[in-house]
Amino acid sequence: MKKTLFAVVVLLLVVIGCKKIMPPSPKDDELLDGPVEGLTTAETQQFLKGDVAFNDDIFTPQNGLGPIFVANSCGSCHAGDGKGHPFTTLTRFGQVDSTGNQWLSFGAPQLQNRAIPGYTPEALPSGVGFSKILPPANTGLGFLDAVSDADLIAMSDPTDANADGISGVPNWINVPSYCQLRANAISQGGKYIGRFGKKGAAYDLLQQTANAYNQDMGINTSFEPYDTYSKLEVDPEVTNNTVHDVVFYLKTLKVPIQRNQNDGDVQSGKQLFNSIGCNKCHKEELKTTASPIAALSNKIFFPYTDLLLHNMGSGLDDNYTEGSAKTYEWKTPALWGLGLSKNSQGGNYFLMHDGRATSIEQAILLHGGEGQQSNTNYQNLSESDKQKVIKFLESL
Amino acid sequence: MKHLITIIFLILSAQFSFSQIDTSKVKRTPTDTSKMQLNLDAVYNRPFLQYGKIPVAIGGYAEANTQYAVTDGVTEGFSFQMRRMTLFLSSSIHRKIKFLTEIEFEDGTKEINIEFAALDFQFHHLLNFRGGIIMNPIGAFNQNHDGPRWEFIDRPISATQLLPSTFSNVGFGFYGKIYKPNIVWAYELYLTNGLNDNIIGNAENKTFLPAAKLNPDRFEESFNGEPLTSAKTSFRYRKIGELGLSYMGGVYNKFQEDDLVLDKKRRADVIAIDFNTTIPKINTVITTEFAWTFVDVPDTYTQQFGKKQHGGFIDIVQPIIKKKMFGFEKASFNAAIRAEYVDWNVGTFNETGGNIADEIFAIVPAISFRTSPQTVLRLNYRYEWRKDILGNPASRTGAIQFGVSSYF
Repeated sequence: MKKTLFAVVVLLLVVIGCKKIMPPSPKDDELLDGPVEGLTTAETQQFLKGDVAFNDDIFTPQNGLGPIFVANSCGSCHAGDGKGHPFTTLTRFGQVDSTGNQWLSFGAPQLQNRAIPGYTPEALPSGVGFSKILPPANTGLGFLDAVSDADLIAMSDPTDANADGISGVPNWINVPSYCQLRANAISQGGKYIGRFGKKGAAYDLLQQTANAYNQDMGINTSFEPYDTYSKLEVDPEVTNNTVHDVVFYLKTLKVPIQRNQNDGDVQSGKQLFNSIGCNKCHKEELKTTASPIAALSNKIFFPYTDLLLHNMGSGLDDNYTEGSAKTYEWKTPALWGLGLSKNSQGGNYFLMHDGRATSIEQAILLHGGEGQQSNTNYQNLSESDKQKVIKFLESL
Repeated sequence: MKHLITIIFLILSAQFSFSQIDTSKVKRTPTDTSKMQLNLDAVYNRPFLQYGKIPVAIGGYAEANTQYAVTDGVTEGFSFQMRRMTLFLSSSIHRKIKFLTEIEFEDGTKEINIEFAALDFQFHHLLNFRGGIIMNPIGAFNQNHDGPRWEFIDRPISATQLLPSTFSNVGFGFYGKIYKPNIVWAYELYLTNGLNDNIIGNAENKTFLPAAKLNPDRFEESFNGEPLTSAKTSFRYRKIGELGLSYMGGVYNKFQEDDLVLDKKRRADVIAIDFNTTIPKINTVITTEFAWTFVDVPDTYTQQFGKKQHGGFIDIVQPIIKKKMFGFEKASFNAAIRAEYVDWNVGTFNETGGNIADEIFAIVPAISFRTSPQTVLRLNYRYEWRKDILGNPASRTGAIQFGVSSYF
């Protein structure tokens, strides 16, 4: 009887102790994934469906992968919804100005550098300009999507009217017919403002998602039905519902939460960041307009971007572009989540559009063109102040 | 499959009917303890029930458990799982001809498999012919995997996912043994239907040999017309233990169809080493197995699917108390621990030269209470670290598992 009682007590202790010996949740500010607060039950369910499609759907030769491709799942390029790794870097080629891509018949705009067994992947034609494109983080995309065109125009300064050395222009692009224009969308010559992708060449997250299925994984949808290998229109390999679920998932991912905001060095670093002019392009604060998703409507958020194109100098000119951007122009990347990038890049930093910078400082020093003055200002800081700027950026 | 279930039900019903008539006629077939046993012998070295002098014996085992698992602070709560129920049916057709089949129902009836169904002809103790659905003898666990024999609820990852767990195929081959007073040596050599290209195209998103089991036609025809070779040699020295070396390999891809060449022949090869021993006096049982896989993945495919993998496990089981307990004559209380590791993708990224991670490490302390050698109640605590292909911070899972497993 005593033994039985002892066994029961031990078992009870084990059950009670379960939670103590289980791995705890990482803090919210250490994760990039997770939904924005305030979703309805129905929205949460769609978020979960999108989460599964984005992170768990693996494409194989049996279910449509390729035959030529770059990656075989969305999650391959965006581990934990963070920045990508050179393993899944995209290569785009063939366009040098706004007249469009002249190398479409050679597989442009994107190189599919992998192939399922029995097929040959594409090779880059000799002499063509190309850019390596590192997959970006997905966090807070719905907020960026919900900024009004008018706000973007208001931040632009194509002629540098205020003579601060920073211009900033939208990428005016042709919008695919399957994309729905935003309320109060602003047009210029029949073109609209693109805001996703390193050059801002995708109008919205539907275009970005449909392109990624098609160009990155060789998965055809009703939105992008042309097979990258045969160039023929083929049957969809994922349903419209799945695509919409993924788009919803991307729209409703939370924004990264800043860490160590009360740290003195972080606060000083932020002031230095502003004083050396970084915030002229990396705008701290933006606001959303009305959105069908209430949790995204009329919110102020802190992405550190203006979503505009800037001349980044000859060092970052790859002789390749998209939309109306020049080859030396790149869209200001959002800096939120920067400090967590290593957690999705295998413990290392791979920064700038192609991952060429392996530290935050290297990334700063690679800024040319409109970013040159801030770069110089940074170099003129004391070592201690430089560390404060880095510490601030790592807190984002 | 419905017919199969009906037949099994009728056989079981018949057994129970007989039992109701005269239980004294139902007896357990004695296991052969006169000779040193090897993992090779595990398939026949099971408790069977036999009715009278009918040359058919039946047996099986079942295992069920509950589990509470948490991954990075997220849990789906408690689950109760009926992992598997397995039925054995053996028949002595002749003094030198035996038949045995093993039918497994996993996760309820989610998976129903004939794991083994083979005829054995003994021409000489060194020359036995086996034909039918056989279990490829790669590693030891594949041969000796019955739940009640283990103190752990989960099967080892390296033995079930790196190597295909309970991987069976249609084929033929030979086995044999030599006994000396303190030594036994055995060999096995089989040709069977082989792997297929699911091993480098599957939802696991890694080179995954068990994905070969997804081919529903594997018991009907070879995927590519090339046989899979499986071979194993085992050696047991009474004072030391049993050492096994095994190999399995063959072409896995469809390299031609209708006499048209589609691709070059691509091979998948696996080698494994296993060892088990019992330390005298303290009766500590040590069981370990390590395996290496080599798969010819096309260079132009994705590095997501590794060309090399390796992994293994070690189990240490220490009997603490062995005496009559709670009315069970041959009860024992044991403490055990398992450590296991698998690197799914050994190599470096072409793009950066950095290490490809994609690995898992787990440690599983356990206690078990055996009412007899055939029945075990076990409590496991599992803690595992899983890294993605890029080597990002490991996802951590903790699990408390309590389960029962018994031959019947």
